[in-house]
Amino acid sequence: MDENLLITMRDISKSFPGVKALSHAQFTLRKGEIHALMGENGAGKSTLIKVLTGVYSLDAGEIHVAGFDGPVVNHSTLEAQEKGIATVYQEVNLCPNLSVAENLFIGREPKTKIGTINWRKMNKRAKEIMDGLQINIDVTMALENYSLAIQQMIAIARAVDMDCKVLILDEPTSSLDDNEVEKLFKVMKDLKNKGVGIIFVTHFLEQVYAVCDTITVLRNGEFTGEYSVEEMPRVKLVAAMLGKDFDDLASIKKEGTGEKSDEVVVDAKGLSHKGKIKPFDFEIRKGEVVGVTGLLGSGRSEMVRCIYGADRAQTGGLKVKGKDINIKEPLDAIKAGMGYLPDDRKADGCIGDLSVRENIILALQARNGIFKKIPISKQNELADKFIDMLQIKTASRETPINQLSGGNQQKVILARWLCTHPDFLILDEPTRGIDIGTKTEFQKLALKFAEEDGMSIVFISSEIEEMLRTCTRMYVMRDGAQVGEISSEMTQESVMAAIAGGGE
Amino acid sequence: MDNLKNLTKKPLFLPIFCMILVLLINLIKSPTFFSVSVNNGVLYGRLIDIINRGSEIAILAVGQTLVVAVSAGTDISVGSVMSLSACSCCMLLAGYGNNSVSTLVVPMAVGMLFGVLMGGVCGAFNGALVAKLKIQPMVATLILFTAARAIGLLLCNNQITYIRYEKYKYLGNFIPGCPIPTPVFVAIIVIIIIAILLRKTALGLYIQSVGINGRAARISGINSDVICFICYLICGICAGIAGIVASSRIYSADSNNIGLNFELDAILAVALGGNSLGGGKFNLAGSIIGAYTIQAITTTLLAMGVSTDKAPVFKAIIVIIIVVVQAPAFKSYMAARKAQRAQVKEAA
Repeated sequence: MDENLLITMRDISKSFPGVKALSHAQFTLRKGEIHALMGENGAGKSTLIKVLTGVYSLDAGEIHVAGFDGPVVNHSTLEAQEKGIATVYQEVNLCPNLSVAENLFIGREPKTKIGTINWRKMNKRAKEIMDGLQINIDVTMALENYSLAIQQMIAIARAVDMDCKVLILDEPTSSLDDNEVEKLFKVMKDLKNKGVGIIFVTHFLEQVYAVCDTITVLRNGEFTGEYSVEEMPRVKLVAAMLGKDFDDLASIKKEGTGEKSDEVVVDAKGLSHKGKIKPFDFEIRKGEVVGVTGLLGSGRSEMVRCIYGADRAQTGGLKVKGKDINIKEPLDAIKAGMGYLPDDRKADGCIGDLSVRENIILALQARNGIFKKIPISKQNELADKFIDMLQIKTASRETPINQLSGGNQQKVILARWLCTHPDFLILDEPTRGIDIGTKTEFQKLALKFAEEDGMSIVFISSEIEEMLRTCTRMYVMRDGAQVGEISSEMTQESVMAAIAGGGE
Repeated sequence: MDNLKNLTKKPLFLPIFCMILVLLINLIKSPTFFSVSVNNGVLYGRLIDIINRGSEIAILAVGQTLVVAVSAGTDISVGSVMSLSACSCCMLLAGYGNNSVSTLVVPMAVGMLFGVLMGGVCGAFNGALVAKLKIQPMVATLILFTAARAIGLLLCNNQITYIRYEKYKYLGNFIPGCPIPTPVFVAIIVIIIIAILLRKTALGLYIQSVGINGRAARISGINSDVICFICYLICGICAGIAGIVASSRIYSADSNNIGLNFELDAILAVALGGNSLGGGKFNLAGSIIGAYTIQAITTTLLAMGVSTDKAPVFKAIIVIIIVVVQAPAFKSYMAARKAQRAQVKEAA
């Protein structure tokens, strides 16, 4: 094996019931290389990584790892770790109830002479590690006290501290803000200089060009090609991922912004939830697409959760189509014609082991009530309709939702709400962690629903560009409070200035 | 070979397989095991015995299945609740303080309904603790596990209350003219009611959703707390019914012995039925087959001459084997070993 090669994967194939996830895929990782693994949802990126780390067994093909003779088969992530392959997944896989230090050292705690855990040493080392990443936190506090972004950094710190030769980052940046991404990139470059090979899975093209050396593209489980970043302009990369010339994002444009319907669908005054969101006002008209912008943790999600009743409003009043209503539970909101696609897909959206069909009809069933069971024929009809309409890639309507890729899961949750024909639909980060093609689809769908069906839509996204394309105005959030509204001259700069709130 | 593999992946494969295995052992051991005869106008035989005696476990398993599915925890109070329900029923029928009566103070149906109601009250109590106060199911139901039996004893004035009233024996034994033991019918009725409830309403979907991801279920408009409460309530009512049947068998309320260790059998029935004790998806039919399998094991051991006090040891061994074989960790261990062996072979 070549001195420089860390990992060679050849002719990897893997099937799941009804789906061929990988077919003759290839991948090569060299020392000191940051290698982007790209592809649409369901292209097989996650599967390839899970085969490499031993989460899945492979059906065919060979994996070679530097320092080991012959083909290597990992049966568990632990075996992969022993071979120096560490992974940080998109969804943080740490223990929220343990302290930061414990999470960093779990399974390899420093011991005292008599074999108990050396807490002082462990906390001290943990502090050093976090300081090294310029993250100033109390390492003895439970992990759940920190934001998702910090948790993600801790997961990375843990992997890095284990002296890995190969670091796999599976969409680590989807929940990080720009500052944190910068920090992460710095860490990645340091590691690269130390000769660590990094596999970087992401949907953000900018990030690929900012930090990567090489790109491998997968499409429909097949290897499309390996390219060096210099010789691969964006357009070509997107074309390689989609297998066709890219449907230009610019073609999405809101139309008919001039005429506004007079019908106010939702009118909230002074809603608040103690400790989460300070009193705010909110108003949306029929067929309007409104954005909510702000940094992570600024109260974007908290605001819409409060309207929807996911966190019950403690003050203020809410009118839906002119009528006062009191929302105690999400069910009340659903009955009033609301729908809410939550930002945390795994925790608040998917019912993992249930089928696509059951996940789709769930909210409609809840609205109908427990005694009016939707006949199975009707359920099948609905499921098929939305699988077809949203082009959900699934083996069948009876496939458990957790076997679907992230973007397709998101589509299923969207279908769940479309089933109920809401007047008011909240889309909280619908495009997070999904591929660029599906992102465009979601934006188009939001516009279509607003225009053709007269739905009022709240669109929340970390990517300002997405909101600029879809929204007619935006509420600006900062530090758990509503600080303003932008309705004219919406540009990247003006929105960013509003978010940052200069001079305060 | 492929067909066989598919067969083993069917959800009901394990419970049915266990059942057949137990019955097969019996057949080899004593060919008369399956013989059913008619004595004094009623059916008689080991098989009938299993179906008869297994009724209480089956009824309990129905409720327990729902509780496990919705809360990823078990209701360990069901055995004690059985006892309390039997005691409440007999106390009301005999009048407080009487330990042996041949005429009833209130109509029999009122007493029995009261017993079932007490089961429901216990279930509601457990449900409130788990659903509203978010106490861990094991801890919440531990309260009634210890208390219910004692309350029963208080109700019966610290003694065994006998109801020497012919019709009171019908429910736990035979109705004159019917060759099949009555508990079988009771079990069938309970199972059918719950099955209809699950099939005709969306309760099954709700329970599974709450059990798999309560937060997401709530966002989707399901009142997770209420669904959890309902499951515990049903479980309590099932325990109440089982308690009345057990009491009718011995036409008395023996607070210390009715339903003793039945919670374990009920939980085992759920596990044997191929249901994950981690909650979520469930299979009612599996639990019911599991319940009768456990009774078959008990009956088999007794038939083989193992004394009543030693039987639990053998039962435990059998259960350990079944549960270990079923455990995902064991399955993946076996798969890994197989792969390793194949590797060694290749290398050689």
